[in-house]
Amino acid sequence: MVKDQEFLKSKASYCLDLAKKMGATDASVTVGHSISETVNFRNKSLEASDRSDGLALSIETYLGKRRSSISSSNLLDENIKTLIEKCFETTKITPEDEFNSLPDKNLLAKQISSLNLYDETRFENDKKIKYLKDLEESASSDKQIINTESSFTENKSNFILANSDGFCDGYKTSSFAASCVTVAKDENSMERDYEFSSKRHLSDIKQATDLGNKAAKQTIRKLSPKKIGSEKISIIFDKRISKGMLSAFASAISASAIARGTSFLKNKIDQQVFANSINVIDKPDIIKGMGSQNFDSEGVNSNTLQLIENGILKNYLVDTYNGKKLNLKSNGRSGGTTNLYFEKGNISYEDLMKKNSRSLYITETIGHGSNLVTGDYSVGATGFLVEDGEFKFPVNEITIAGNFKDMFKNIILANDLEFEYSVNSPTMMIEGMTVAGK
Amino acid sequence: MSDFFNKSDLTRQHADKIVSETLNNCDDGELYLEESKSESILLDDNKIKSSNYSSDLGFGFRAISNEVVAYSYSNEISKDSLKNSSENLKSTLKSIKGTYNHEIPKSNKKFYEDINPIEQKTLDSKLEVLNKVNDFLRKKDGSVKQVTASFAGEQKSIEIIRSGGEALTDVRPLIRFNVSVMLEKNGRKETGVYGIGGRQSYDDYLKNDNWKNVCEEAFRIASVNLESKPAPAGEMKVVLGPGWPAILIHEAIGHGLEGDFNRKKTSAFHDLMGEKVASEGVTIVDDGTIDNRRGSLTIDDEGTPTERTVLIENGILKNFMQDRHNARLMNTRSTGSGRRENYRHIVLPRMRNTMMLSGNQTQDEMIKSVDKGIFAVSFGGGQVDITSGKFVFNCTEAYEINNGKIGSSIKGATLIGDGPSILKEVSMVGNDMMLDPGIGTCGKAGQGVPVGVAQPSILIDKMTVGGTKL
Repeated sequence: MVKDQEFLKSKASYCLDLAKKMGATDASVTVGHSISETVNFRNKSLEASDRSDGLALSIETYLGKRRSSISSSNLLDENIKTLIEKCFETTKITPEDEFNSLPDKNLLAKQISSLNLYDETRFENDKKIKYLKDLEESASSDKQIINTESSFTENKSNFILANSDGFCDGYKTSSFAASCVTVAKDENSMERDYEFSSKRHLSDIKQATDLGNKAAKQTIRKLSPKKIGSEKISIIFDKRISKGMLSAFASAISASAIARGTSFLKNKIDQQVFANSINVIDKPDIIKGMGSQNFDSEGVNSNTLQLIENGILKNYLVDTYNGKKLNLKSNGRSGGTTNLYFEKGNISYEDLMKKNSRSLYITETIGHGSNLVTGDYSVGATGFLVEDGEFKFPVNEITIAGNFKDMFKNIILANDLEFEYSVNSPTMMIEGMTVAGK
Repeated sequence: MSDFFNKSDLTRQHADKIVSETLNNCDDGELYLEESKSESILLDDNKIKSSNYSSDLGFGFRAISNEVVAYSYSNEISKDSLKNSSENLKSTLKSIKGTYNHEIPKSNKKFYEDINPIEQKTLDSKLEVLNKVNDFLRKKDGSVKQVTASFAGEQKSIEIIRSGGEALTDVRPLIRFNVSVMLEKNGRKETGVYGIGGRQSYDDYLKNDNWKNVCEEAFRIASVNLESKPAPAGEMKVVLGPGWPAILIHEAIGHGLEGDFNRKKTSAFHDLMGEKVASEGVTIVDDGTIDNRRGSLTIDDEGTPTERTVLIENGILKNFMQDRHNARLMNTRSTGSGRRENYRHIVLPRMRNTMMLSGNQTQDEMIKSVDKGIFAVSFGGGQVDITSGKFVFNCTEAYEINNGKIGSSIKGATLIGDGPSILKEVSMVGNDMMLDPGIGTCGKAGQGVPVGVAQPSILIDKMTVGGTKL
């Protein structure tokens, strides 16, 4: 069983009391406990089981404007004492930083409403095994599938965040995740693809057979790929890739990147950065949402933020420290976005596919090719050549490149938004990017 | 050396007994105990932004029978906790019986000292170096708009207890010093990053004001990029500089030669053993035995002494990298390549220091031979799709080559190639093999481990460059 609130609270207050006793002017502490169990299958038989049970503690101590932190997994009182001593000794010789402080008291979350993030259902390993058997049975039904690997993970976590201004709260969360990776082979090639489902509640996880079938189908269609020539072509990003554009955007508007001046979106508030049909929203209070939270990692209340309104940048993601630097109030985004999404567009998936007589549909990208200082983007890609709305043949060993500044202004979104993950996007088309191939 | 048995009700005798009982009917497995201490100190935006210390203690208990691996970890080292783990392992493997393999090779060689680098340099003197870096770079040139510098240090003590009570230990120091600088000129911003590190004390790397060289290199890369033009798009010849660009070898070849993917036949290399996979003159080794290197290990995380494993010899595929589990299932021996990020993770076959050895040509000859192509000197990260064999890496410093001469610098671009065929496109191997500066971390299945790479300059006849200029 995951440790209860009382246990975590007692550890947290022990830490705060000790830090205060040693002379810290302020302190904050997070104590968490997490238990997770995973079962792995390969080619329809059990391959591995993994159980983890971990406590984690992190403490920040302040002496005026001096601050330092420690973290540990060893929660024995004696060890905590040694660590806090060390932390406070370090704090004393760390230079002052005028922006260091606990969050403003009036911004702290006051009322915690239930977002239904915890499902106490216990999915025994035997049941995980049954699920994975069904999944791999359907994933391997086509003889071109030569390898299947799948896993089911169940996680239960609990945490308490407390600070010396009297904030002390936390809550349990759960997650269930099933995934499947399949390998297909024909006389020309060997290809891999995947499908997964991750939810707060067990009953929302996709059917095993659906997951297996989808992974297999997505893999088989990639067989015998071709390399295409280098050209400018409109690119359609599958949902699982288009949401990555949102993650890059979120990194570029974090208060830390803005304060440091290392973002291509610095000084762009109230300016057009996306096509004017685009709206981006970060909503922390979606019931059962994978990214939902009652408060951020500093205890600050987080409300829904409209980040992009009709293409115009409206807000940064602000935490206490960088907010003070920028003269902005924290908007509860220490730790980043919550449930981030593009509002759906007004063209159907089918119409988007047919919009150009020839386009490139991307299902996977590899590499770390996003430069958030310049906005330059260049990654390896695999996908399909689309002609007249139909997949013609699979494509690989190409790169796609552009600059976010231009790409964001040329985005067209389909109307097929679904809330599956913590970052969600409809299918996306971007015109004017460069493909490098033969 | 950490004593894992002095702080709880778990004695070594108890642990030995539980381990032996649990693994009695298994093919392999061990109790892995780990204590790590680490620090990170960051200067950013003219200030000491954070100083963090962490300590971590825990165990991972593994039992293997046939193809099934059962694993359980906890950060509570106690009799109850270990018993719970034991029950958990037994329940997974209840119907599968094995025969324990007690054999594990021994060696007295050590490739680094038992030091704690964190304690060997005072916090004050670390802060002083970081502040000096900041002042030095900001005074150097008016275009410097942002400086980030950091120290990361770690000492990890491990003990492996096998069935029958055999115990193997290692103490591993690791440090890294990093500088990143952002320049702004005529409305353009570019970043340059450089770092150094390995398994010695901070001062071994920082003596003779070596921090200045790190600053100069980061500044130089950023300056070069300020003048860069859009990169070309399409297939062309590529000359790679020596040292860190060997992450091409790591991505293109290394991952595909790890034992697990080949046992499962999901690697593009699984049926190529003994075949020609590279041009003649190309020899690649994975070496865990180089003194004080970031990727070196005295013993791996299963207790096997590391070695220098020849992967490709003169173009022919010779060996895969193996941990005990995959080696047993493939009827071969462990190459001392079993690694894990920490006690929370299972062991996987991983790279250590992956190196292409020198040939006898010069970088000049290579550049002169290219009519149109690029010269790539430094890289960010890379990634590979093991199954299709396609891999990428991102240039952070590159130039165009026109008619045998190095031209202007080009913007960061991704290069993409095909692992099993790329080494056949290597037409010249340089005589200038160099080790990387000690900064690499390899990610696999969510686990990061420190690694090294090395190579001489090489000429690749055909590779796709992912720029924007057609």
